Amino acid sequence: MSEISAEQVAHLANLARIALTEEEIEHLTAELGQIMQAVEKVSEVATPDVPPTSHPIPMQNVFRDDVVGETLTVEQTLSGAPETDGSRFVVSAILGEEQ
Amino acid sequence: MSDHLIRLTAAELGERLAAGEVSSVEATRAHLDRIAAVDGAVHAFLHVEGERALETAADIDRRRAAGESFGPLAGVPIAIKDVLVTEGMPSTAGSRILEGWVPPYDATPVRKVREAGMIPLGKTNMDEFAMGSSTEHSAYGPTHNPWDLERIPGGSGGGSAASVASFEAPLALGSDTGGSIRQPAHVTGTVGVKPTYGAVSRYGSIALASSLDQIGPVTRTVLDAALLHDVIAGHDPLDSTSIPEPWPSMADAVRRADVTGLRIGVVKQLDSDGFQAGVRQRFHEALELLERNGAEIVEVSAPHFEYSIAAYYLILPAEASSNLAKFDSVRFGLRVTPDGGGTVEQVMGATREAGFGPEVKRRIILGTYALSAGYYDAYYGSAQKVRTLVQRDFDAAFANVDVLATPTAPTTAFKLGEKLDDPLAMYLNDVATIPANLAGVPGISVPAGLAPEDGLPVGIQFLAPAREDARLYNVGAALEHLLLAEWGAPLLDRAPDLSRHELTATEEGAL
Amino acid sequence: MARAELMDFDTALERFEPVIGLEVHVELNTKTKMFSAAPNPANSEFHGADPNTLITPVCVGLPGSLPVVNGQAVRYSISLGLALGCSIAPSSRFARKNYFYPDLAKNYQISQYDEPIAFDGSVEVELGNGRTFTVPIERAHMEEDAGKLTHVGGSTGRIQGAEYSLVDYNRAGVPLVEIVTRPIFGAEADAPALARAYVSTIRDIVLSLGISEARMERGNLRCDANVSLRPRGQEQLGTRTETKNVNSMRSIERAVRYEIQRQAAILAQGGSIIQETRHWHEDTGTTSAGRPKSDADDYRYFPEPDLLPVVPAKELVEELRAALPEPPAARHRRLKAEWGFTDLEFQGVVNGGLLVEVTKTVAAGASPAAARKWWTGELTRLANAQQTDAASLATPEQVAELAALVDAGTLTDRLARQVLEGVAAGEGSPQEIIDARGLAVVSDDGALVAAIDEALASQPDVLAKIRDGKVQAAGAIIGAVMKAMHGKADAARVRELVLERAQS
Repeated sequence: MSEISAEQVAHLANLARIALTEEEIEHLTAELGQIMQAVEKVSEVATPDVPPTSHPIPMQNVFRDDVVGETLTVEQTLSGAPETDGSRFVVSAILGEEQ
Repeated sequence: MSDHLIRLTAAELGERLAAGEVSSVEATRAHLDRIAAVDGAVHAFLHVEGERALETAADIDRRRAAGESFGPLAGVPIAIKDVLVTEGMPSTAGSRILEGWVPPYDATPVRKVREAGMIPLGKTNMDEFAMGSSTEHSAYGPTHNPWDLERIPGGSGGGSAASVASFEAPLALGSDTGGSIRQPAHVTGTVGVKPTYGAVSRYGSIALASSLDQIGPVTRTVLDAALLHDVIAGHDPLDSTSIPEPWPSMADAVRRADVTGLRIGVVKQLDSDGFQAGVRQRFHEALELLERNGAEIVEVSAPHFEYSIAAYYLILPAEASSNLAKFDSVRFGLRVTPDGGGTVEQVMGATREAGFGPEVKRRIILGTYALSAGYYDAYYGSAQKVRTLVQRDFDAAFANVDVLATPTAPTTAFKLGEKLDDPLAMYLNDVATIPANLAGVPGISVPAGLAPEDGLPVGIQFLAPAREDARLYNVGAALEHLLLAEWGAPLLDRAPDLSRHELTATEEGAL
Repeated sequence: MARAELMDFDTALERFEPVIGLEVHVELNTKTKMFSAAPNPANSEFHGADPNTLITPVCVGLPGSLPVVNGQAVRYSISLGLALGCSIAPSSRFARKNYFYPDLAKNYQISQYDEPIAFDGSVEVELGNGRTFTVPIERAHMEEDAGKLTHVGGSTGRIQGAEYSLVDYNRAGVPLVEIVTRPIFGAEADAPALARAYVSTIRDIVLSLGISEARMERGNLRCDANVSLRPRGQEQLGTRTETKNVNSMRSIERAVRYEIQRQAAILAQGGSIIQETRHWHEDTGTTSAGRPKSDADDYRYFPEPDLLPVVPAKELVEELRAALPEPPAARHRRLKAEWGFTDLEFQGVVNGGLLVEVTKTVAAGASPAAARKWWTGELTRLANAQQTDAASLATPEQVAELAALVDAGTLTDRLARQVLEGVAAGEGSPQEIIDARGLAVVSDDGALVAAIDEALASQPDVLAKIRDGKVQAAGAIIGAVMKAMHGKADAARVRELVLERAQS
């Protein structure tokens, strides 16, 4: 399990949309292999009878009323964007498809 | 005069301001002058407000003169870790991918600090996206430990701790995901608190690991931390994980500090000879001091703590890989277009490649792996089970004691560059601090002295059950008081005089 | 692009068993979005807002922003689950679905994965041929909608060939309920019609609950159709395709039918079906291949750490259950009786997906007969010509207004049809169109008499016939008068006057 291959790292980089260089992939493959070895020990104690905890402080039913709150102006919304047409964000051609 | 002003605690400065003995403009100017004098060497700040801070100070002075009443910290300058979003001030999280980004809104803790009349001095340096224990992973260069400029100030909040330790700011806001407030406090001889998860709103804190992150005070004294804690804690409807119930005053807990009959549990697994000798020595001396003054020291066992680092380095990267997906060149931040143009997928890929540093990329890939099809149960799923086991260890321990005690970290401040090539070695710095983040319980690090072998600061960590943050201020304040009596002066008085160095003045604004 | 080969539908059904699955997304019409207090454009109050004006930091995924659940959306979702006959989860939670796309502000969608709010239900669907089908519902879960992309450059306005795209995040965060059926067996040749009728039924349900505007042309209700074929006698299910971009009831039926025929042709020739997402094209009536499902499938779901579990109190669930309106089948029986329609007439309304429209038109004052006539008659004819749904062409209030104008004699039937065309073209309300075009029936007898006299004078032979008792001959005069009045006269009144004048 602790064997993580360069192909896997390349695949993960694609899933994470990071255009890693060949060199980075090589480095990461080695480092991640070591890290995985260290972290795999969690499965030693993670037996089926132990429930997982996703929230450290248990709470439930946290809701908000259906009331309009403070909104951003268009200027504020677009303010940090690399490229806009004044009312919408501009991105270059999309290859993939909507989910 | 200004040197005197910067050596005051925040509480003392607040009192002088309230009494009209000094103006906020004077106090702010004194700190800006200090920053100009020493930050060339320390590099705690990524952005200094300069004139705007003075304008804010002048406004507070005006309002006070007009009869408006304020809380105890009004008019006191404060530094803010760059992980918190600040309207009108750049917020980079220590990353190139957010270089120059000015948010259109304030984080809730920042809003509260402004409403309390405090004066934001600027944004402090940090490991990129809070991933690190040394601030060496900042895209803007490391921060230097005021005790020894060749050493790390801790991380990820090294900037906030160094700003406070070098008297550039009376106090600061930090964030703690695996020890990022407490460990820097330990290596810089300052006080750092991670509140109970949910005590302080995370709204506006650039997310790293949503189930682990908390915002907390970074100060020189326990009372200062308590006063700041009182300002920033409280329910926020904008953060679903924020605890709804109101909190008692931490400052009151400090003023009533008394350890008579307090049962302190020493975690066996963290009292190990794997820790630096001087760190353990000061740890035990502090406990003995408390014992002589009425506390009861008990040994407790936390058998699952040894799995915490492993669980943490699965949960954090997994959540971070998702939280950092929003940095994609579309709505804010850096955009890098490959030569000859490209599809948006390629632009995203090139932007994230250029904008993220190696530690961030490492953790994103690791996290993506931990969540990916076929691996979820073995990795992320298992790590969430370890969280359950760690909580059970805490519950069992707290059934018999009021607080737990551990050294805050295994070593004193190591040299810059020493651990950069070995990520795993770096991760081990957090062995004592991580369990509290996993379980959501609060923790404090207070200075325990200097290690005899290297003369560098050592901290002692106390942990309390969830929602019992006041216990930390109680024991922390009591210990601080006892140590101060022993030392005759605060620990930081022994820190080297920074103004001796050849320093270039920093300019107002970005460094 | 070569047209795909299609097998004859009936032949396809002989050889293969169609299995369909339907995913319907319903946009809720709460005032605010699912996870932020921004105004919700799926609520008609905020529909049509300028781009990027319905935004909080959460909607554009600004660093540091956090989601907070809209309690009303949860209540609506529970009501919908109950109306679908589902069990409501005692504990339900949100999960992150991680993938990168420019319309997804955080590059993950907050949805539900292993603990949906509602599961295991069923819906009774009535088909046009009188058959009632029970559609099994696997689950209904809450999630948020994505923003809107506009593709610029390129010839078709679609992704392929576009130079760049524009993103509007107004829609990002709109509350959605996704309803997923189990695979539907046994529909046989009715599969296409069943798909349509099912979506129509869902539309009925959400409209009667009042939780969505359910206007398909606005994207308030969206359907993805999964189709696979199983060779008769084979145990194993066939490979399925998922068809998206089906934007009207019509399209759903056509798309399912098309896929059956397309897949049958491939299988009959020994080929195999690629598991993929396909895109429906209304103009050509075909589907085209999208990208094959590959690494896009690894969404790395994990429980949303920023949100807490939803644990509906039993009292709340029972309160919502008690407030449910009649289920569709019961309502149909009642309305048919109230309106006095024959089975065939009622079926026509239901088949056309027009039950709600007729109901609302009656509520707005029209007679059931008139409501039915206009919706299933002229409006359906116009809709078919435009390849869209009748419901998108007019509102019940407009149709009721039209019916009232006919009753009052202001419009003849023929004029009313012209007015209706104008309404469907978006020219305004019936009265506005009448005023703009000057279409009202001329009710002034004086004007009519003048036209009649002129017509009689110019056709003396016809006049003679009428005087002779051959009243049918009046038709020629009536025709001439109608022409002279540009149709703006009540033919019956003209006839009366013609006979009167002829004798005088």
